[in-house]
Amino acid sequence: MPDTPILLREQHYHQIKAVLARLRMDASAKAVFLVDKDGQEIASQGELGNLDTTSLASLAAGNVAATGGMAQLIGEKEFPTLSHEGDRESIHISVVGRLLLVVLFDDRSSLGLVKLRSKQVSQQLSRMFDEITEANSDDLESPFAGITDEDIDSLFN
Amino acid sequence: MTLNRHSPELPTRTSIAYLIKTNDQQAMTFINYASREINCKIVYYGPGLCGKTTNLQYIFDSTAPQARGKLISLATETDRTLFFDFMPLELGTVRGFKTRFHLYTVPGQVFYDASRKLILKGVDGVVFVADSQEERMDANVESLYNLEENLAAQNYDLMKIPYVLQLNKRDLPNIIPASELTAELQRKGEPVVEAVASSGTGVFDTLKAVAKQVLTELRKG
Repeated sequence: MPDTPILLREQHYHQIKAVLARLRMDASAKAVFLVDKDGQEIASQGELGNLDTTSLASLAAGNVAATGGMAQLIGEKEFPTLSHEGDRESIHISVVGRLLLVVLFDDRSSLGLVKLRSKQVSQQLSRMFDEITEANSDDLESPFAGITDEDIDSLFN
Repeated sequence: MTLNRHSPELPTRTSIAYLIKTNDQQAMTFINYASREINCKIVYYGPGLCGKTTNLQYIFDSTAPQARGKLISLATETDRTLFFDFMPLELGTVRGFKTRFHLYTVPGQVFYDASRKLILKGVDGVVFVADSQEERMDANVESLYNLEENLAAQNYDLMKIPYVLQLNKRDLPNIIPASELTAELQRKGEPVVEAVASSGTGVFDTLKAVAKQVLTELRKG
């Protein structure tokens, strides 16, 4: 792992949101999320309502990590997609490099359609993140370089 | 389109951008410029029944609902942690950024080692919860060794990451003196906190000690 940060500039953030919005429409999905493999939510689109997206992101990452562990035990690198079908709501997860594409859908769509559209978008997202990785900035300074002990202590008062 | 290194749109505090900070140990702190949030991952580690989930449960019970999310527990029917517990906690604002800590526990039982390895991925700070009872000393030592080994498997070095040792269950009768436990379990001069997690003693002191180290690491960049 190189010792450089990955930066999503404003335009890329909007591009990602646009890709997710398009996927949501094409797949007739309720909501679409992009999540880091460590469980951090990066972007989302759709009918979120009161959905606890933080917990969903963490559990999706845990789910992929667990099935990835099983994959390695049987000699596979990972399982690139996971699907969970409920009575009304279903979830499809695709592994895209270090990211997870999570699609939430109901009976307005179908697993086949979601799989197809996710696969198409996965390739696009993968290319976008390759570009972003290549463009990593090495002159970036942490915005917290100037924080003081007092700043930190103030969090606990 | 391709970004270039000298693009004029470097991040500013007003831009919408995400920074995935990756240091040489692959810790991931997310800094979200859009919602002005910092997200850090803290993992509570230790032998079975040492009180990791109890730490999280106490934090959950004594934090205002608006400052925390749900406590997710993936546990067995007998309330033993099966995969992990998870809880997001917002501590407050530093330099205009909301600081949010994602607190995780690992399953302590020896045979869940594969799960423990997975949960350590992307960790920013670790709390080792030791069980102070005499009969659990071997389990503490074994778990601490397991932590070092599993961190190393993920290219982390215990000597370099934010780390706190909590001596839990100090209210029980058959405990080892804190000085002896510290001599046996302290690895690098890390903060040592005596605790009774079930009543909350030392729980927030522990969290504060590890959170301070994580934020101090952020300052280093």
